[in-house]
Amino acid sequence: MFDLSPQDWTAVALSLRVAAVSTLVALPFGIAIAVLLARGSFWGKSLLDAVVHLPLVLPPVVTGYLLLISFGRKAPLGAFLADHFGIVFSFRWTGAALACGIMAFPLMVRAIRLSVEAIDRRLEDAAATLGANSGWTFITVTLPLALPGIIAGMMLAFARALGEFGATITFVSNIPGETQTISAAIYTLIQVPGGDADALKLVVISLVICFAALLGSEWMARRATARLHGA
Amino acid sequence: MDGTARNGTPPRGLAMLAVQVEKTLGDAFFLKASFTSTSRATALFGASGAGKTSVINMIAGLLQPDRGRIELDGEVLFDEAERIDLPAFRRRIGYVFQEGRLFPHVSVRGNLDYGRWMSGQKTDDTAFRHIVDMLDIGHLLDRRPGKLSGGERQRVAVGRALLMRPRLLLLDEPLASLDVARKRDILPYLERLRDGAQVPMIYVSHNPAEVKRIASRVVCLDAGKVIAAGGPELLDAAHIDVLA
Repeated sequence: MFDLSPQDWTAVALSLRVAAVSTLVALPFGIAIAVLLARGSFWGKSLLDAVVHLPLVLPPVVTGYLLLISFGRKAPLGAFLADHFGIVFSFRWTGAALACGIMAFPLMVRAIRLSVEAIDRRLEDAAATLGANSGWTFITVTLPLALPGIIAGMMLAFARALGEFGATITFVSNIPGETQTISAAIYTLIQVPGGDADALKLVVISLVICFAALLGSEWMARRATARLHGA
Repeated sequence: MDGTARNGTPPRGLAMLAVQVEKTLGDAFFLKASFTSTSRATALFGASGAGKTSVINMIAGLLQPDRGRIELDGEVLFDEAERIDLPAFRRRIGYVFQEGRLFPHVSVRGNLDYGRWMSGQKTDDTAFRHIVDMLDIGHLLDRRPGKLSGGERQRVAVGRALLMRPRLLLLDEPLASLDVARKRDILPYLERLRDGAQVPMIYVSHNPAEVKRIASRVVCLDAGKVIAAGGPELLDAAHIDVLA
């Protein structure tokens, strides 16, 4: 079963890395945007909401192409980042992580936003009367109470990133060892005669990873919820 | 333990609270209240909807008055004319909420220590022991608030507010969510608190019997206005009864 070719193992490892990095890097932004959308009232809020949800409704190819024309090496944003910070996205695994992070972002924001909206704000008032300023209140009350939603959001983002295909392949192509994730590797294998057997192995592996991620996050979310309700 | 401080003059050095606030709440409710308190336990008395909670929320800094001035111990907490509005977290006013509002994600001990952490005070084991013993919550320290009974929860809430070393303690109907038997259990703790802890309290209630047991001074609110202020005997006057 597990006599995969080194190239396939590379794809598995790369997928895990891309999914983990995109989830972790997206997390602080996801929390910030979720809190802004849950709590803020400002001009352009519905516009921000729409922009955040865009990757969910746009064809992934369109998202990938938009990334290509803004973060490609010749594109203004891509050139700026490369020249000033040495960050290159085009045809690198970092670009795959960027594409996955953006595709997964709406799911992450939705989950966190729901849990932030469900928080009893009177607990934050209580923290204020006990001497906590807004920063400490956020860290010691808001974030811990939103934890189940944060875990759910991370899990959804991770799973979405593992499954991402269209935007990634459009933006950073399908380079073995650099941008070829499991999905891209499966796609490549079923294009060649006799590749079906290897493709099936990768399919099984991605099933296992996704199951493990789901069960693990379910377990963590249950523990976090139990902690909130006094176990 | 007995009622020596209840009807006498306030001991020297007790906090002086002066409140004079106005606020429009909702469409038709206009709150305009002014009173002072120098006593160890002052009750804000009135029917539900009279504006009692709004008044103490303004004292705590959780609700901003439209106009007016709030002063505690000579320090201005709020003054609309001078544009002073000290944020709630700097006021050092303890607040016991009607529903307790304990943090569900930390233990009872974590709740009790929260105010001390946030105000950067050192651990004071003597004070901790004293308050924990007074409220009889020592056996609950490692539990989570979700596992407490209503009466236990309110005692922990009182302890949490006291352990931040407040200058003033606000209690908003702390017994309202409890059944009669629980109320009877907790009242003695509140009396101990009034007599033992050197913190003046503002006690919000719509229950004349409670107010008579706890307070030495009563401010009566009706429809957002102060209609009477004086000693607890005020509650025996016929026209007050219609409020409760």
